[in-house]
Amino acid sequence: MIHSLFLINASGDIFLEKHWKSVVSRSVCDYFFEAQERASEAENVPPVIPTPHHYLLSVYRHKIFFVAVIQTEVPPLFVIEFLHRVVDTFQDYFGVCSEVMIKDNVVVVYEVLEEMLDNGFPLATESNILKELIKPPTILRTVVNTITGSTNVGDQLPTGQLSVVPWRRTGVKYTNNEAYFDVIEEIDAIIDKSGSTITAEIQGVIDACVKLTGMPDLTLSFMNPRLLDDVSFHPCVRFKRWESERILSFIPPDGNFRLLSYHVSAQNLVAIPVYVKHNISFRDGSSLGRFEITVGPKQTMGKTIEGVMVASQMPKGVLNMSLTPSQGTHIFDPVTKLLSWDVGKINPQKLPSLKGTMSLQAGASKPDENPTINLQFKIQQLAISGSSATDECHCRWP
Amino acid sequence: MAAGQAYSEEKGGSSSLGEPEYGHDPASGGIFSSDYKRHDDLKEMLDSNKDSLKLEAMKRIVAMIARGKNASDLFPAVVKNVACKNIEVKKLVYVYLVRYAEEQQDLALLSISTFQRGLKDPNQLIRASALRVLSSIRVPIIVPIMMLAIKEAASDMSPYVRKTAAHAIPKLYSLDSDQKDQLIEVIEKLLADKTTLVAGSVVMAFEEVCPERIDLIHKNYRKLCNLLIDVEEWGQVVIINMLTRYARTQFLSPNQNESLLEDSAEKAFYGSDEEDTKDDKAEATSLVKRKPYVMDPDHRLLLRNTKPLLQSRNAAVVMAVAQLYFHLAPKAEVGVIAKALVRLLRSHSEVQYVVLQNVATMSIKRRGMFEPYLKSFYIRSTDPTQIKILKLEVLTNLANETNISTILREFQTYIRSMDKDFVAATIQAIGRCATNIGKVRDTCLNGLVQLLSNRDELVVAESVVVIKKLLQMQPAQHSEIIKHMAKLTDNIQVPMARASILWLIGEYCEHVPKIAPDVLRKMAKSFTNEEDIVKLQVINLAAKLYLTNSKQSKLLTQYVLNLAKYDQNYDIRDRARFIRQLIVPTEKSGALNKYAKKLFLAQKPAPILESSFKDRDHFQLGSLSHLLNAKAVGYQELPDWPDEAPDPSVPEWTKCTSREKRKEKVEKPFYSDSEGESGPTESADSEPESVSEESETSSSEGSSSSGSEEEEEGSGDQSEDKEEEEKRKKKKEKEAPRKASLESAGSPSEEEEEEGVKKGKKKKQQQERKGCGETSSEEASASESSSSESDSGSEAQESPAEVETKRRKAPASTKPSPRATTAGPKEISLLDLDDFTPPPPQPVPSSNIVSSSLVTDLEGLTLTDTSLAPALLSPVFGSVRTYELLHRMTGEGLSVEYCFSRRPFPHDPHMVAVQIQISNNTDAEVKSLRISEPKPLSGMRIQEFPEIESLAPGDTASVVMGIDFCDSTQAANFQLCTHTRHFYVSIQPPVGELMAPVFMSENEFKKEQEHLSRLGEGKLTGMSEITEKLTLPEKCRSDHAIVQQVTSAANVGRVPCGADNEYRFAAKTVTSGSLVLITLEKREGAAAQLTVNSEKMVIGTMLVKDIVQALVQ
Repeated sequence: MIHSLFLINASGDIFLEKHWKSVVSRSVCDYFFEAQERASEAENVPPVIPTPHHYLLSVYRHKIFFVAVIQTEVPPLFVIEFLHRVVDTFQDYFGVCSEVMIKDNVVVVYEVLEEMLDNGFPLATESNILKELIKPPTILRTVVNTITGSTNVGDQLPTGQLSVVPWRRTGVKYTNNEAYFDVIEEIDAIIDKSGSTITAEIQGVIDACVKLTGMPDLTLSFMNPRLLDDVSFHPCVRFKRWESERILSFIPPDGNFRLLSYHVSAQNLVAIPVYVKHNISFRDGSSLGRFEITVGPKQTMGKTIEGVMVASQMPKGVLNMSLTPSQGTHIFDPVTKLLSWDVGKINPQKLPSLKGTMSLQAGASKPDENPTINLQFKIQQLAISGSSATDECHCRWP
Repeated sequence: MAAGQAYSEEKGGSSSLGEPEYGHDPASGGIFSSDYKRHDDLKEMLDSNKDSLKLEAMKRIVAMIARGKNASDLFPAVVKNVACKNIEVKKLVYVYLVRYAEEQQDLALLSISTFQRGLKDPNQLIRASALRVLSSIRVPIIVPIMMLAIKEAASDMSPYVRKTAAHAIPKLYSLDSDQKDQLIEVIEKLLADKTTLVAGSVVMAFEEVCPERIDLIHKNYRKLCNLLIDVEEWGQVVIINMLTRYARTQFLSPNQNESLLEDSAEKAFYGSDEEDTKDDKAEATSLVKRKPYVMDPDHRLLLRNTKPLLQSRNAAVVMAVAQLYFHLAPKAEVGVIAKALVRLLRSHSEVQYVVLQNVATMSIKRRGMFEPYLKSFYIRSTDPTQIKILKLEVLTNLANETNISTILREFQTYIRSMDKDFVAATIQAIGRCATNIGKVRDTCLNGLVQLLSNRDELVVAESVVVIKKLLQMQPAQHSEIIKHMAKLTDNIQVPMARASILWLIGEYCEHVPKIAPDVLRKMAKSFTNEEDIVKLQVINLAAKLYLTNSKQSKLLTQYVLNLAKYDQNYDIRDRARFIRQLIVPTEKSGALNKYAKKLFLAQKPAPILESSFKDRDHFQLGSLSHLLNAKAVGYQELPDWPDEAPDPSVPEWTKCTSREKRKEKVEKPFYSDSEGESGPTESADSEPESVSEESETSSSEGSSSSGSEEEEEGSGDQSEDKEEEEKRKKKKEKEAPRKASLESAGSPSEEEEEEGVKKGKKKKQQQERKGCGETSSEEASASESSSSESDSGSEAQESPAEVETKRRKAPASTKPSPRATTAGPKEISLLDLDDFTPPPPQPVPSSNIVSSSLVTDLEGLTLTDTSLAPALLSPVFGSVRTYELLHRMTGEGLSVEYCFSRRPFPHDPHMVAVQIQISNNTDAEVKSLRISEPKPLSGMRIQEFPEIESLAPGDTASVVMGIDFCDSTQAANFQLCTHTRHFYVSIQPPVGELMAPVFMSENEFKKEQEHLSRLGEGKLTGMSEITEKLTLPEKCRSDHAIVQQVTSAANVGRVPCGADNEYRFAAKTVTSGSLVLITLEKREGAAAQLTVNSEKMVIGTMLVKDIVQALVQ
């Protein structure tokens, strides 16, 4: 299965390598660099690159390429999913997954990788088990380690691997028992220039932070479970119970985890809570163009819209823009032609707008392309799908 | 040279064995010497006594490895620490070992014994990790040791250790593929494992070692299906992929009759999406009504059990289920996967990339499946280009008459995108839509023509190419477009587009008679500056014009041909020469000339624009090969559906043969032993054999996988299952044999059970037919088959006549037994027939002998050796020798004696209990009698007895102290103190007292013995077998005497033995727990041979001496 793993940073340095079978020379990455050069942008590097003797499967996250080397047939998603799991694990361990963090904790990283695969086949990928084997570094422990000279290797034997609930470590104890569930819904919509929604999808997740003693058995029920027609679960959820009663019944892992994610498809059209008015015009012959966008709220059920970010890729012909925002800050990068505007909160009484002119290349004809506008925003305490308000969470210890 | 080395140091990881080690080069300098020094200081740290320093050093070394720096020269220093007590250091040393052992094989061998010790640790996690490291170090010399360790671990009690064993199998296989046959045996055994922990790993091993041995799956198929949902996610992927291939060979295509019903089936699906598929029977009957095909219940089982996994959070699992449904499910049911796949599109872009590739392939074959999700494939401006292009592909595949207008509207926005590669792909997509859907062809063409006035040259060029293809379909109506394009030759510079335009004009020059010669004129002017591909088309155009309009273009053609004649490119020169011969009439070329026009202006078929994903589904979906559209190394071809239902007897048959082979193995000694005896009759001979074999397997089944404890559990389960089994019995009877075998394979206990039930039923039938009233015990024993004794007993009671009938009905009656015997050779060896005297062939006495020998064997199995155990467990004080510790004279009236009580020392199991008897022969009271200043040799430990406050004159006190002799016969020295005096004393143990008896069955004994002697062969622990011949004196020839002499000489436990001329004893050394096995074999007359097997050579040798002495005197 997975032979080796190379971690490559943005400047093309291999800063970590791990081999689970015989060593594969790092020169194999030259094929990757070639493909990277061809692809111009990092996201466009093909995830699967065949070379004469190996296949390189890579994922790109946090400005790091995780390149796995394999030699024989294996489902590509198997490897890709595993690499993402590696990244998630690092994030879980170190808070962020960055080159600096990995370099600082290189021994822990190496040990974690050693435990995650055996001979290239996944062995322990549950974070609860891994943390039992190798303790994540905390500030306190780092201080203690420097004084006592110990590492993060767990000193007692990990029993979690043997239990029937392999995702939960044993012997958990808390003085305060608490469990938090965050419902996060993302709406993803494409809207055409006249303002009508072409497609909209809702993607929701329930992230949990459970700090409960012992082996708690939880049930969670929904007010309107019928809306959740396409769900994927953490392995701890008892599928049969969900099928028959639409109740989530599970023994949770300790700590943070994603309980389920769901998908509400475009069929039931959703109301998008914001709108954008735009007026972007180029004139033939003239070297000036007009640019004006206004953002406003729409059906927010009285909630405020926060964290609004507007980004737009301008055509190549645009040399510069001189704009004045009514609120927030904006930046136009003349090299990448990317305009971004950090709006912040929307005040329904005074709608934020960004107005000004664009200077175009002199003599060039008016660009064909329509710039697209990307709008991101957050609304607290609002579930767009209207489904996931939980009315009951019940916990018992067996 | 130094520079070269420095360079290779920078290069790091790529270092090979041949590279000189830095430590050996004294003349090094520069950067390199500082490096050398740094390593030197690491070595020092590793040699130090402080764990913290070692740890620091190991951390730095591991960091070096992680960065790809070479740390191989530290190997000797690191490997020394493999036995380090500190678990953190140890772990890092393991990490280092696994990385470098391959390069330093000789030194790596030093570490092996540590792992071997670990393999025997009572803690399962330590056993597992020892096996994991041992199997990971890739040193070919240790292949036999690995093999042994894997075999042992495969029958470990702990499922976690068994899982590790499964992981080790591919490692060993990649190290030495000659071990394949043996490994397959282990795989076969592990495949029968019932725990979810093992299932994924062993299927992985199966896929890597013997994917072609599909026959191994038969009897585990249902179990795997049922376990699937609880297996860890990575295992699920592997199992599902394997089962897809398996199902393709075993079941019939569910779609064979559906080709005509495609549309109706498609509709039926949307209704049946929510339908509960649980009710198998109802569905099966409804299927029967509609069409003759009935899905095999096992096929249905697989589909039903994998469906919930579409809800997995792991994209690989979802994809695996999706491909399973695509390849195996009836058309009407495939639709369920679409929703899950669409969900994956919200994942990371790499996941999207792979999923879209597969969706593209699927959408060609099953367009209807994804149509409801059309909008999910709409492109976002933030998608990476490669995702955009794949989405376009899917959208194009999904386009049909009803949705084409929305798709085209969507395409229109894409054309305005800033990503030019994407725009080009969109134009191609529009072209494909236009060819596929006649209705929109004109609209598309018009749209594309508009694009010809686009400012971006790439867009225009791409449009030209696509328009050319479209025009070929209906050229007559589009002379306007051709005219328009002719004008473009002035502006467009992209060679492909220019070539396309020229070809169009040439091909349809009749539609544009006025413009064509003009274009040729222009092209002739610029001919020398054109690209090759354009030049060729210029020549073509010239030739075609010459044939249709020679008046206007004759000179131009001549001119072009002349230019081409001297072109640098030989293709162009060739083409020119060829065309000149063909079109210009000369005397020689008469014949072809006439047909020139037909040759050049023949009606050419329009190109078919089709997806590059067409027919990719001959690769298993979701595989790497599918993604690359090329066979990857190690790809297992997805077999085609069988044309006919696979002969249900085939799997059965293969099993029968394997069983026969195995049976032969068992039978051999039987026959050879019975040679020379009175020739047994055919019928009689085979029956006892099969009886014993049956009972053998049924009794060993339970204990085979996880030790004797589970035996009880197993029988418990059986009784629970029984009722259910009874119910199913009738149904099963009707099923094909293959299915019966699958059914029964669910679990060994179930298997046994059913077998019993079946047997019982058969017998009943026979009895009824014969009308001979059998006793009810027959029935009872049949249903109670777990108890081997009663089973075999009752079996043997069968009259020969009944045996006859059974034999005549051979195919039916032997059916259950093959399954029972597939349990593997190991189980069979649990009750080796050749260990006790073979049953005489006569049927009637055989029953007694078989059962009696079984009793002896069962004693070994259940560890309750009632006849021997009490005598051995309680120390016989009368026969225990006492030794003098302190003589009355030297002790000034205090005399001390000691003996080895042979009781376990309560405070520390590693200590030998020494009973000390102190008698006070003085006339005064002796006070505060105690041990002080023990001066044990290294490693030895002494647990003092509690101080005796006072000992009255004439009194005797008895105390127990514990001494850990470290498995050596060195004396333990200490002082015995009274309130007045100190006496230096020492206790030297006889070697026989350094051990404690262990009880094991005969089979365990043999296994261990084999294990130990193999170690000896490996030359790693030295000779572990010592043999000595001796002559037994007269008084010491009886069983009792021998046993007594041996047990008095050494603290060993007797192992039951089938042969009456052999005596076996087993013990473990107290400190390290290494096994000591003693075999005494009586030969002719008084001769005997004593064999001692032990890892501890010294102990073995001394023990032989002691026992011989005890026996001979």
